[in-house]
Amino acid sequence: MQVELKVTPDKYLPHRYAGASGDFNPIHIDKEFAEQVGLPSNILHGLYSMAQVARACTTAAGGDPRSLRRLSVQFRGMGLPEQEIVVTGADTGERDGRTVLGLEAAQGDNKIIKNAEAELTSAP
Amino acid sequence: MPVNADAKGKTYPPFEYEVGKEKIKEYAWAVGEDNPVHFDREQARAAGFRDVAAPPMFAVVYSGGAVGPAVLDPEVGINFAMMVHGGQEFVWGEPVCAGDTITTQTSVKDIYERGGMGFYVFESVSLNQDDQEVVRGTWTNIVRGV
Repeated sequence: MQVELKVTPDKYLPHRYAGASGDFNPIHIDKEFAEQVGLPSNILHGLYSMAQVARACTTAAGGDPRSLRRLSVQFRGMGLPEQEIVVTGADTGERDGRTVLGLEAAQGDNKIIKNAEAELTSAP
Repeated sequence: MPVNADAKGKTYPPFEYEVGKEKIKEYAWAVGEDNPVHFDREQARAAGFRDVAAPPMFAVVYSGGAVGPAVLDPEVGINFAMMVHGGQEFVWGEPVCAGDTITTQTSVKDIYERGGMGFYVFESVSLNQDDQEVVRGTWTNIVRGV
């Protein structure tokens, strides 16, 4: 099983995600604040990027949200709005009858999620 | 200075969250989920859900509010200026649907030091109104320069 998902979060995505998730940390929604604390810009929420990895998994499994049983990720580089995120992955074997996938998410050469591992099952 | 691990094992009061259909839609739209089971009650029921179904990562919405107070706890002692969210794991159980009441209990799973960085690991366990486990989260925050 090969997984690929591409998505480009628009300029206002971090604001929508802040409202949806309840995480209003200014490093995500205030460009000036983010630059004052040494970031290149306001940055994507890591859990938004993780949600893209989750979406890539359920899409690959046929779309049923129940197919995703476990997902672990490591957050690395800062994700930025208005840059394409590419999630890639492939199955690495089976565990307890579930398909195990190894995945990562990157913007260009900047890997924003590394060493992600998912367990997928067939939909009930 | 070594990290202070005294708070390891500490637990926090349960956090209750009532899942609303419109909140699921708002979250699904924000993260780009387009399966109709997240938006339409009839289609969700036809797919075997009790009501509009939450995407898996909606776990951050109902359990995040339980983890925040633990991360902010002065007894845990995280230096926020130097903190990054290093890793996250979710293990899913029963699906979460609109109308559910989810209760989440958080604990400090581990505090340790490695390579000059402090690792603060929190575990959240979320149960629905029927005491079925819906998600178990492991939240790893890393503090540089401890």
